[in-house]
Amino acid sequence: MTHDHDHDDHHDDHPPHGSELSEMQLRVRAIETVLAEKGYIDPAALDGMIEAYETRIGPHIGARLVAKAWTDPAFKRALIEDASKAIRAFGVVDRVGDHLIAVENTPKLHNMIVCTLCSCYPWDVLGLPPVWYKSSPYRSRAVNDPRGVLADFGVTLPPDSEIRVWDSTAETRFIVLPMRPAGTEGWSEEQLAALVTRDCMIGTGLPKNPLPKHPKDIA
Amino acid sequence: MDGIHDMGGMHGFGRVEPEANEPVFHAKWEGRCLALNRAMGAIGAWSIDAGRAGIEELPPAVYLARSYYGKWALRLQNMVIARGLAGADEIAAGHALRRGEPPPRTFGIADVSRTLNRGSYSRPASAPARFKVGERVRTKNIHPPTHTRLPRYARGRVGVIEAVRGCHVFPDTSAIGAGENPQWLYTVLFDGRELWGENTDPTLKVSIEAFEPYLEPA
Repeated sequence: MTHDHDHDDHHDDHPPHGSELSEMQLRVRAIETVLAEKGYIDPAALDGMIEAYETRIGPHIGARLVAKAWTDPAFKRALIEDASKAIRAFGVVDRVGDHLIAVENTPKLHNMIVCTLCSCYPWDVLGLPPVWYKSSPYRSRAVNDPRGVLADFGVTLPPDSEIRVWDSTAETRFIVLPMRPAGTEGWSEEQLAALVTRDCMIGTGLPKNPLPKHPKDIA
Repeated sequence: MDGIHDMGGMHGFGRVEPEANEPVFHAKWEGRCLALNRAMGAIGAWSIDAGRAGIEELPPAVYLARSYYGKWALRLQNMVIARGLAGADEIAAGHALRRGEPPPRTFGIADVSRTLNRGSYSRPASAPARFKVGERVRTKNIHPPTHTRLPRYARGRVGVIEAVRGCHVFPDTSAIGAGENPQWLYTVLFDGRELWGENTDPTLKVSIEAFEPYLEPA
């Protein structure tokens, strides 16, 4: 059996299938060719969409929102009230879609986002979801064993912290507003945004620890 | 549909395995597949709900064995054939053998930016919301054979209305071509023990986004 290994295919959400890569390449190419020849799609438009997700739309957008919420109390209030509206009003980032909801972590409450039924995820602020978010282990366990899931990510919460799981079963989309790390007093939004990971905005991680000394040096 | 896709609370899938420095796509075909699916949605070939139903209707063994974009590719193929947009013979041949029917609208470069932002699923309400924040509700014990967004683990359970999210397209009818049929949408909050039993972590709370037809007063 020959495998076309121009790309790595073993990091998927299921056991590796050596044949899937070449089979899917051929199948998708055939469908694209037929749909283009019939006039349903312009392949150049597909290039544009792929390029946007590979280069422009990703968790850096959410990180800017979080960093601004950490430094601007008015924006944070507006974000919690109606995230889609706040983002438009404050112009922090480009337009986002409707129905975005920001949920805030506190010392007594940790939020985690899942879609048990498919893969709903706030694409316009976090980009495309990682494979683990769409995987059977995460979708099955997040709602009944979130502390076990957090352990898979190396995260331990205080035992008395409430853990709140949001199952994205409609067109509402969620982003977690994590707690601002201690030791970041006086940091700029740009410095703070560098601490905000994708996973901490899903609720499976925490922001990076600030460097203990010379925080200005990392800017 | 009580399908394999409805995974909340199932056992046996193992650990979550995050991948360090994961690329956006693991192979070029994944990006083409994503874009093709989005493009066909954008030209109105099917609704987001019908598209989800198309994934759920894959045989369970196929659903579990295929990668995420592998499922998207099979869904795309099934749906373009089912809607008469392309023939199985054409996909097998790798070329169009007939003209597009009906005369197609083309997904072009000018459409890209529009599809990068999610559209709105809010619709005008024809009646006031039936439930208020703080009210106790019970989810219905329903098992429609077609698409629904009420997960099995949250059926027949008592929760509290935490938020009213407005009136939205109803996936259960939209998915089967029976219209948008807008319904009020609520965040319903459950205690973990209500969902999973008395031995559950007492600090756990789970919410779902529930359409009004899924709910009754408790």
